[in-house]
Amino acid sequence: MQLVLEKRAERSNTIALVSPLIAIGLTIVTMVILFAILGKNPLLALHAYFIAPLTDSYSLQEIAVKATPLVMIAIGLSLCYLANAWNIGAEGQFLVGAVAGSWIAVKTQGTDAGAWVLPAMFVLAAAAGALYALIPAICKVKFGASEILTSLMLVYVADLLLDYLVRGPWRDPNGFNFPTTAEFDSVATVPLLIEGGRLHLGSIIALLVVAAAAILLGRTIKGFEIRVVGAAPRAARFGGFNANQLIILTFAVSGALAGLAGIIEVAGPVGHLQPGISPGYGFTAIIVAFLGRLNPLGILIAGLFLALTFIGGEQAQIAMKIPLDVTKVFQGMLLFYVLACDSLILYRFKLSFPNRQVARGTH
Amino acid sequence: MRKSLLALATGLLLAGSVSAASAADKLKVGFIYLGPIGDLGWTYQHDLARQALVKELGDKIETTYLENVPEGPDAERSIEQLVRAGNKLIFTTSFGYMDPTLKVAKKYPNVHFEHATGYKRNPNMSTYSAKWFQGRYIQGLIAAKMSKSGVLGYIGSFPIPEVVSGINATMLAAQTINPNIKVKIIWANTWFDPGKEADAAKALIDQGADVIMQHTDSPAAMQIASERGKLAFGQDSEMIKFGPKTQLTSILDTWGPYYIERVKAELAGTWKSEDSWGGLDSHMFAMAPYTNMPDDVKKLAEDAQAAIIAGKLNPFKCPIVGQDGKPVECKGGDHLDDGQILGMNFYVKGIDDKLPGK
Repeated sequence: MQLVLEKRAERSNTIALVSPLIAIGLTIVTMVILFAILGKNPLLALHAYFIAPLTDSYSLQEIAVKATPLVMIAIGLSLCYLANAWNIGAEGQFLVGAVAGSWIAVKTQGTDAGAWVLPAMFVLAAAAGALYALIPAICKVKFGASEILTSLMLVYVADLLLDYLVRGPWRDPNGFNFPTTAEFDSVATVPLLIEGGRLHLGSIIALLVVAAAAILLGRTIKGFEIRVVGAAPRAARFGGFNANQLIILTFAVSGALAGLAGIIEVAGPVGHLQPGISPGYGFTAIIVAFLGRLNPLGILIAGLFLALTFIGGEQAQIAMKIPLDVTKVFQGMLLFYVLACDSLILYRFKLSFPNRQVARGTH
Repeated sequence: MRKSLLALATGLLLAGSVSAASAADKLKVGFIYLGPIGDLGWTYQHDLARQALVKELGDKIETTYLENVPEGPDAERSIEQLVRAGNKLIFTTSFGYMDPTLKVAKKYPNVHFEHATGYKRNPNMSTYSAKWFQGRYIQGLIAAKMSKSGVLGYIGSFPIPEVVSGINATMLAAQTINPNIKVKIIWANTWFDPGKEADAAKALIDQGADVIMQHTDSPAAMQIASERGKLAFGQDSEMIKFGPKTQLTSILDTWGPYYIERVKAELAGTWKSEDSWGGLDSHMFAMAPYTNMPDDVKKLAEDAQAAIIAGKLNPFKCPIVGQDGKPVECKGGDHLDDGQILGMNFYVKGIDDKLPGK
């Protein structure tokens, strides 16, 4: 008797929906075992991770704040991935957007500039992110360069550009040489939604982005094109869809969204430009995009869920003295299980018996 | 199924209330750490101090720490999480937590904060730091004596005054031994990144440095110096086990007494916002044993240490000449004043390097 993976005749839509849930379930089971080995009460630990953060408005706000950049970036990435364009460099587009938007904030500092500052920062950040994403897209279309490599390598370029600016020309003159710009003026700061909290306008923008993506993919010809080009490139060619044009378009949109997320993070929770503004949002968003099945609503849920694990991980550290590494193991395990369970969409487990294999050989 | 869920929920609630009750009697003290507690450097020393605190006052307090908190957008949330978990005295142990700590401090006036190495204070936010430049001065004397090539290698973290004053103190001391001493500086742009620190050490040795000093937190540079048969100074903690034949001495951060003193003040209700800047005399830091050097160098170091403690030796004694050849204004009478050291943004004469951003 053997356990074998057998290719399904067609992809299973049920499993596609259920597999993230199975993955989460398996992760939780593994975590329980891990907590037990660590000598922590697994129920209390799970409570700290998943329930406690949902029980007060402060933690809920923090989850929204953390999820905002993840969701915005992941929506853009999902468009790329649906169209079979592999943008791995959202982190770089995020940073370039943050830098471009901050330029206005830095230049208008202390000048009593009007309310135009913040919208202008948003527009410039989105444009810069889009342009930055167009570099790998155009290299792909014109020269056939792998967009995976070029977009990834441009992350480091963006990182060093930001580094240079905050250590050099834009450094806060009163900041004792610490690599940071001065705090942005209030006109250059993303407004808060709740007094005394940290929830900001960016979360609303993220929701609008989710809605726009859902409409684009579900109700427009362009969305249909994106999905067809990704799912059935040959059919798309016969249908007269231009794959190259779509690579350019999806890269530009995802770069713009990452750039916008970048400036929202800098002008929102951080309040100034400094190195390390992103704890890897551009890469974590890749996980979010796939965890959310490249579906806008799914991405919203996945982003919130991942944010929950961050906040919950912190509360578990405080309440249960569980080391931070366990949170990281936890996130890694989640992705591992998601990928593993995804193989069930195209394959299924089958118990096979050697004598039956012979029988199957006849047809 | 539903019943078991209900039982589970009740259990959780009960467990929650029990822990809340026992914690209510004790003062909760929180710590935010930059690195992992196993970094064997900066964070490790803060955690040793926390452990000393628990040993001393464990029956009256309960401590909690968050490790690996980046100096970015997450710091504010992490600090606030500690506040919300009921911590009444919170130590944020790196310069980059300054603004986030201040933000949270203004929001929670009834919670007390202690921020390491910063300069912004609030009625409920103290700062504390140490005069490490005194230790650097002693290291500069040793380095100049021990270096055969006359080139010192210095791994900087960020060009902030604390680090710049360390480089200057080193050079001022070294120049009293060897007026032509050179220093090569590499900015790692990080406090803790063993890979980068090791690369920096290799590059410095390749450029002719035979004594390596560091203002970063891991023992990586010590290991490289040890492999290459060079000499080095530890940083933050005792690193002799990473270079038994390499370490000359190390500046040991000994926060324990300060933490105990501040927590006692909090328990007694006498905590006030203060600016503590302790030197060798205050035991805010200490020098590791002087090793791998001849007796005369050891004696020189010990004498300098005694003179600093006695207040007879000031590393920043005037006249001090800046890199540009002009004398530095002497605001403290016969030495630089505290403000000049805390805001130090220039190199002294004899350093060929350029201060980043200048």
